[in-house]
Amino acid sequence: MKIAIKGAHLLDPKNNVDEIGNIYIENGIVIGKSSRKTQDVKIDASGLYLIPGLVDIHSHFREPGKEDAETIESGSRAALKGGYTTVCVMPNTEPPIDNEGVARFIKEKAIENKKCRIFPVGTITKGREGRELSEMGHLYEAGCVAFSDDGNCVMNPAVLRRALEYSLFLEVPIIEHPEDMLLSKNGQINEGIISTKLGLKGIPDISEASIVARDILLSKFTEGRLHLAHISSEESVSIIKYGKSKSIRVTAEVTPHHLLLTEEEVLSFDTNKKMKPPLRTKSDRDALQKALKEGIIDSVATDHAPHPDYEKELEYSLAPFGVIGLETAFSALYTKLILPGTLSFKQLILCMTDKPAQILALPVGEIKKGGTADFTLLDLGSEWEVDPDNFESKSKNSPFIGWKLKGVIKATIVNGFLPYREGEFLREEK
Amino acid sequence: MNRKDLLGIEDLSKEEIEEILKVAKSMEEILERPIKIAPTLRGITVANLFFEPSTRTLNSFTLAEKRLSADSINLVSSSSSVLKGETLLDTAKNIQAMEVDIIVIRHSIPGAPHFLAERLDASVINAGDGAHEHPTQALSDLMTIRKKFSKIKDLKVAIVGDIEHSRVARSLIIGLNKMGAKVFVCGPPTLIPKWMDIFDVTIKYNLEEILPDKDILYILRVQKERQEESLLPSMREYIKYYSLTYERLRKFASSKVIIMHPGPINRGIEIESRVADSEYSLILDQVISGVAVRMSILYLLSRKKIDENSN
Repeated sequence: MKIAIKGAHLLDPKNNVDEIGNIYIENGIVIGKSSRKTQDVKIDASGLYLIPGLVDIHSHFREPGKEDAETIESGSRAALKGGYTTVCVMPNTEPPIDNEGVARFIKEKAIENKKCRIFPVGTITKGREGRELSEMGHLYEAGCVAFSDDGNCVMNPAVLRRALEYSLFLEVPIIEHPEDMLLSKNGQINEGIISTKLGLKGIPDISEASIVARDILLSKFTEGRLHLAHISSEESVSIIKYGKSKSIRVTAEVTPHHLLLTEEEVLSFDTNKKMKPPLRTKSDRDALQKALKEGIIDSVATDHAPHPDYEKELEYSLAPFGVIGLETAFSALYTKLILPGTLSFKQLILCMTDKPAQILALPVGEIKKGGTADFTLLDLGSEWEVDPDNFESKSKNSPFIGWKLKGVIKATIVNGFLPYREGEFLREEK
Repeated sequence: MNRKDLLGIEDLSKEEIEEILKVAKSMEEILERPIKIAPTLRGITVANLFFEPSTRTLNSFTLAEKRLSADSINLVSSSSSVLKGETLLDTAKNIQAMEVDIIVIRHSIPGAPHFLAERLDASVINAGDGAHEHPTQALSDLMTIRKKFSKIKDLKVAIVGDIEHSRVARSLIIGLNKMGAKVFVCGPPTLIPKWMDIFDVTIKYNLEEILPDKDILYILRVQKERQEESLLPSMREYIKYYSLTYERLRKFASSKVIIMHPGPINRGIEIESRVADSEYSLILDQVISGVAVRMSILYLLSRKKIDENSN
């Protein structure tokens, strides 16, 4: 397939691309000027931004096991609609991605779907039980790009030590879900003013920060690559800052909901505001924004966690943790962080493209000649309202329902194909 | 009072509390008659949904409903209905389909009454939601206090025991704050929330320090489970430091002090028998106020409907 995109504002801070220009794509690769005038698709992109396709290194697509919440197909559609061209899916499926079979199943499904790129994350331990290491080598060869027991913390420090050491020969990071599960036991929301008011059991910020500290020390000791998932608290930020100042091999991510929301949201007992780690205080939220700006936190990740409405529409403590995020991440952050000037647009793009790609060494996330043709076309002037009926995700558990957001994804280009354009999902013909 | 639901003391204004207490007073007159019944709620249907063991609150509501001639049905289950394969919402929708006017709900999870109130047309009364609120208990305690002292403002009230897990404490503290009383809390540090200072209270960990010059000592029940959760080393140690004994009472407290307890009492644990049965105790008066206050709330929430019907 040959695509020509004309007159877009090309923006890739990594390669200092910031100009109005044309992009020609042939066989999935960005080429120089087109030799022939016979493009399959010509896009007039004047007035639009063309950025590297967004990269999410933390999503849950629920397949296999919970296909009523999400499938690889529906999750991919949600990704494309949100401007994501690459998604790494977490292994807490049923069965979990703790063997090559499940990893290959996911890869094959993704290829069959021909939508976004999907990379599986394998488990750190068999069955995510925190006891025996998974066959990391086999998982790596089956396409896993990292290891994580996400949803569970590796509570036994001796096991995490060995995971960090063993993964050294693959040079693949260990993604930790930092939560001391004894300190957070039975907790529903952040422990603090709101939990005290509502009488809900709290999850203290130290349940995260104490594991962040432990893991950074383990990373220093083993020299293993540690990536910390969904950081939510100021305490954790200060420890990560220490780790980076000592050149320890640690990276971290933050979600749009932790960057934009606080525990106050829970006052209405809305289970679409219930996730792990929980929304914390304004001071935590501000610290996360600052940490992203200063590079202490490297990247944005959605932690897209679909749950069907019949599971979420329950008494607060019975509803599962997690919110969806792929379809709102870019617009929510653009509207609430970029437009008010908290973060620069270039920084946001880096945190959603190149930086996450680098953490997992994925060959995507930039605009350059000869590079992978994964792009997102943005109309920053248009506004839309987050309406659960319009989600591509099978689940509707978004914390941003009703928000008016600026920034519409006009098209998503993956590997030189055009699977999403103007609200339509396209099958590749050639 | 012009509201659909009664979910917590937090939502009530001082004026609304006053109104509930005023109507409760006239309800009490019904309770003092030889034939204790009024036709006020004839034709109003109340469903009592109790998803947690409770005898006194359920009985108090049932009696209040009967005294006002309401029709009532009870759904009593020891746990949440979801464990039996039906969600709370489905259960409640079924009940509402029976044209129920008021739902009284007791649930172990905070927010369960709010969840129903948001989704149903029926009025919802919170009869206790987890460790969150127990507004009808707090209102009846305010009524008991006012009856005894003819005021609430400026009284010094000490609440003693497991504050962290107590919906009664949360509702009562908010109610007392709104009515201008001075509130003190006392208990072991593990049973007092770390963020207690969001309420207007003085915190003391030492019982003997808090006893002097209080008008009311409000003693809370202590659950044996707290020991397993490593919140208390033993009941023996709790008794040593926090049990309200007759000796402590006489030695440290004012001679005019009043003792209250939401019940059921653990004799010999948080309160010595001799104290519970003493002339200082208002524990049984609290029960009578409970019925009157619940009658008042049932009436105030259906007043609009009753008025519409008679016009």
